[in-house]
Amino acid sequence: MLRGTLILPLEPKSQDELGSTIANVGEPLLIQGHGTKQIGHDVAGSVVSLRNFSSIEIYEPEELILEAGAATPMSEINALVASRHQMLAFEPPDYSSLYGTSSAGTLGGVVACGLSGPRRIKAGAVRDHVLGVTGVTGNGLAFKSGARVVKNVTGYDLPKLLTGSHGTLAALTSIIVKVLPLPETEETVVLRGLDDVAAVRVMSDALQSAAEVSAAAHVPGEGTYLRLEGIAPSVAARRDLLFKLLRRDAGIVSAAESVALWQGLRDAAFFWPLQNHCIWRISVAPMDAPALVAQYHQALDCRHVLDWGGGLIWLAVKDTDAGGASVVRGALKNGHATLMRAPDSVKTRVPVFQPQLPALAALSIRVKQAFDPRGILNRGRMGF
Amino acid sequence: MIAMPLPDQLVLARRAEIVSALRRIVPGEGVIDAAAALRVYESDGLSAYRQPPMVVVLPQTTTQVSEVLKYAQANGIKVVPRGAGTSLSGGALPLADGILLGLGKFNKVLEIDYNNRCAVVQPGVTNLAITRAVEARGFYYAPDPSSQIACTIGGNVAENSGGVHCLKYGLTANNILGVEVVLMSGEVLRLGGKHLDCEGYDLLGVLTGSEGLLGVITEVTVRILPKPATARALLVGFPSSEAAGQCVADVIGAGIIPGGMEMMDRPAILAADDFARCGYPRDVEALLIVELDGPQVEVDHLIERVKALAEKNCATTLRISNSEAERLSFWAGRKSAFPAVGRISPDYMCMDGTIPRKRLPEVLQGMTELSVKHGLRVANVFHAGDGNLHPLILFDANEAGELERAEAFGSDILRLCVKVGGVLTGEHGVGVEKRDLMGEMFSDDDLAQQMRVKCAFDPGGLLNPGKVFPVLHRCAELGRMHVRGGTLPHAELPRF
Repeated sequence: MLRGTLILPLEPKSQDELGSTIANVGEPLLIQGHGTKQIGHDVAGSVVSLRNFSSIEIYEPEELILEAGAATPMSEINALVASRHQMLAFEPPDYSSLYGTSSAGTLGGVVACGLSGPRRIKAGAVRDHVLGVTGVTGNGLAFKSGARVVKNVTGYDLPKLLTGSHGTLAALTSIIVKVLPLPETEETVVLRGLDDVAAVRVMSDALQSAAEVSAAAHVPGEGTYLRLEGIAPSVAARRDLLFKLLRRDAGIVSAAESVALWQGLRDAAFFWPLQNHCIWRISVAPMDAPALVAQYHQALDCRHVLDWGGGLIWLAVKDTDAGGASVVRGALKNGHATLMRAPDSVKTRVPVFQPQLPALAALSIRVKQAFDPRGILNRGRMGF
Repeated sequence: MIAMPLPDQLVLARRAEIVSALRRIVPGEGVIDAAAALRVYESDGLSAYRQPPMVVVLPQTTTQVSEVLKYAQANGIKVVPRGAGTSLSGGALPLADGILLGLGKFNKVLEIDYNNRCAVVQPGVTNLAITRAVEARGFYYAPDPSSQIACTIGGNVAENSGGVHCLKYGLTANNILGVEVVLMSGEVLRLGGKHLDCEGYDLLGVLTGSEGLLGVITEVTVRILPKPATARALLVGFPSSEAAGQCVADVIGAGIIPGGMEMMDRPAILAADDFARCGYPRDVEALLIVELDGPQVEVDHLIERVKALAEKNCATTLRISNSEAERLSFWAGRKSAFPAVGRISPDYMCMDGTIPRKRLPEVLQGMTELSVKHGLRVANVFHAGDGNLHPLILFDANEAGELERAEAFGSDILRLCVKVGGVLTGEHGVGVEKRDLMGEMFSDDDLAQQMRVKCAFDPGGLLNPGKVFPVLHRCAELGRMHVRGGTLPHAELPRF
């Protein structure tokens, strides 16, 4: 436990308290929101909960911004912005069922883990929507970066750097995100019976067209899905355009079903039933996906789903000592593979995050030290 | 005027030796040391500041860039990277004792990959040349800074450049997938690539917009997008900036994100119309150009909705483009706003603050008061959708004291932007121009944290010093603890 007899708040109520706690401990800390995302290596250390930073401070629909405490539940944010017909356009996933936890997590968790859903290919990633952050560094110093405006290049873009840093650089207390209008309607064009090569070809053709496809996924044995969003007459026109382009029999999944379909794809529902599987999320150039997947199936007992037009491979590998890591990463010429879910025994053998070349790894360590010179924030979470 | 770091006399004394060493790395005409030739590089788009560099190097390969930086680091010589030199904030302003590293010879489009919807280009390729290279197949590169005919993609990455379409399509940061970058140590790194999202920390994100202080970009992978099927625009005049501002808020509140949404105030409207003869209404206080792009049916539908919102907000004139020629004529005045202002004034200074849009009326009112206070005129063009203001301050540099007054006026405007919750720069960068105003927006702790990041990339502080940070501390001075009330809390505890 924490050194000495000092009582340091482990559930700080203010940024000052959080700063004091971090400044005054001499041992590693696990920075936590709701603790629902079990991504990364285990962190040994006292838990510092950010649960008190959980209010929505500002929501201005016309300015397209929302600022909320890091531990604000995503459910609360989603409900609020939906009430004004807006959304977080990067489509934050809810992996609670994947991890067997009970909550959809917090804004800070989504940002810290850098998790984007199917709309990533059109609307950008989490980092593209994080406009500002306030937090405390590993030395206990409070800082802010960014602002409550959607266009800003003043100083380094630390919000981007902190997004996806898994709490290893700073404990974020407050986050400003961009909100965007919710599409009035949506529908999904579905093609059946395509193999991976044909599916990626179709998705690429669709994404190169003027149909403004907002999501493109392929579930082997089920279908290849192309989502269209917007006002009804536009969706109808673009559906016609896609039909002409694809010159194939295609079906239509109408609005309500389409919402459910993409929610499932977003949350990796296709892998929920798979116990005893290691789950990978692999980011690649979309056209590289079919060959990679073929290699994986040759060497591993696995299942896959393609999102992001092929650019995101979800891979579930039947439990082995190392989750198939050498095959998964060995076949990658570019891109990166993250071991999203695996037993601790696997994670002790396999780096969860893609190993980097020495010069890049050294720079990452220097960046870590620039925020947390004592190395006490979520030590080891990303392998360092 | 902003003071640049004092030249290091020891470095200047070694100039001949440095030039010879650079010639060994970049043979032929790639090293420029003749005084007349150096003057070509003495300033960028912020032309009030001029300083010829000690020497110019124009490398042609990543290896040469790496060798030059390695040499400079080993010898304690400052380096200023430069693309086309169009920065409006002095990002490429040379240093008297520094090497100016020009990337102009990196001018090739290396690969166009339509299937993966990206292009790999060298940093000296111009922004517009990327679109030109892919437009035959119906693609384009989205960010469109007004200097796009001249500015380079490497410079765009360094400055995180925007443009009139960035409300819908994003800034440079949102449209690049990867870079090859050379650190001051000479190390060559690849961040990202044709895939989405970098692994590990988002170093690409922090490098973008770092104004040449973290690394030298030697290759960029950009996203290319299919061109929207069609675009139409509305040209709407309002009796007040409040009415125009409310119309903008109503459009966004109605869930419409236009491809472009630009506002001009009366001085800008008159200057533009006099210059471009574009038929702008001359009796309105604010003019709005709203462009919708996408599928034809969608554009036609949204045009009607925006029209209704404009009428609800008391628009006094309203035209809708019915042809491509008409749409371009709406833009003609806005796109020539800067030269138009240049015609009515010997000099002008372009500011670049962003504000929360709802504060526009009070900021415009404040600017009118500041205009009286400083005795200088101001015209406003405004990326209305995202709150990015470009006040153009009119002055005459040949009149004693006017440049200083214009700078003071500009600083007051930016202070006002920060006061209402906005920022110093929306797309032009801090550079030299706004460097000493950083303290208006950031605390010492905020700035120290940014400088620690700088130290992770360039511990010697040799890459583009004198820009962005009012005082560049040595890295060793930056490591301090949380202190309250002047004393370190719980000083008895061990610290590691």
